[in-house]
Amino acid sequence: MKLKEFIVSEAIVPQITATDRNSALRELATALANAGALPLAAVDEVVDALIKREQNGSTGFGKGVAVPHVKHPKVKRIAGTIGRSAAGIDFAALDHQPVFTIFLLLSPENQPQQHLQAMNIVFSNLQKNIFRRFLRQSSTREAIVDLLDEADQRP
Amino acid sequence: MPTASRDIIVSNSLGLHARPAMQFVDTANQFRSKVTVSKGGDEPYQADGKSVMQMIILAATEGTSLKIHAVGEDAEIAVEKLAKLFEDKFGEE
Repeated sequence: MKLKEFIVSEAIVPQITATDRNSALRELATALANAGALPLAAVDEVVDALIKREQNGSTGFGKGVAVPHVKHPKVKRIAGTIGRSAAGIDFAALDHQPVFTIFLLLSPENQPQQHLQAMNIVFSNLQKNIFRRFLRQSSTREAIVDLLDEADQRP
Repeated sequence: MPTASRDIIVSNSLGLHARPAMQFVDTANQFRSKVTVSKGGDEPYQADGKSVMQMIILAATEGTSLKIHAVGEDAEIAVEKLAKLFEDKFGEE
């Protein structure tokens, strides 16, 4: 699977305005809805589910990145987006450091294999120092999309 | 240095997603042994059993065969406890 198969380019938020976790989740879910990847009417429910997921265990897995994700019946097709915060957001991360890059992933309820494949490709890239650094430095949507294209070409 | 290993099969229907991956890492961290989890097949990968990111990269779906390997004084008990998590399906279905 490739990043560009589920990351919705039009929903990428290069400069998140939210300063706290819950608002950031809402901002990114709304961006997905505005891009047509999620029904607008489902945003509230999906955000609630994402927050609940974070409360059960932070998806801030360290190194300045968080990967909030949820499987939800209102999600018909896997969809993801990326948000950047220059100031950093407190995600109660495992390493207690602020989060600068958020990969949000929404999956339908009945496709656990596809969900794991998408998580696999996201984390395979996030493991690479150079990918994390470039992502953190990419301040425009175009730059982020270019980075995703490059990552997809170099597995 | 003592070593221990065990072959297991992922049997919970959602596979090794983030929550069980974290549960595994939490348990692995209770031991001093170095723990690795490897997957064979078409996309072989060896994950550090104490790294959540690497455990998620395994993308181990239901039915995937994995090998848990530990090296250290407490290798035997570590492998036993970690294999038990899979046997118990991480408390899932």
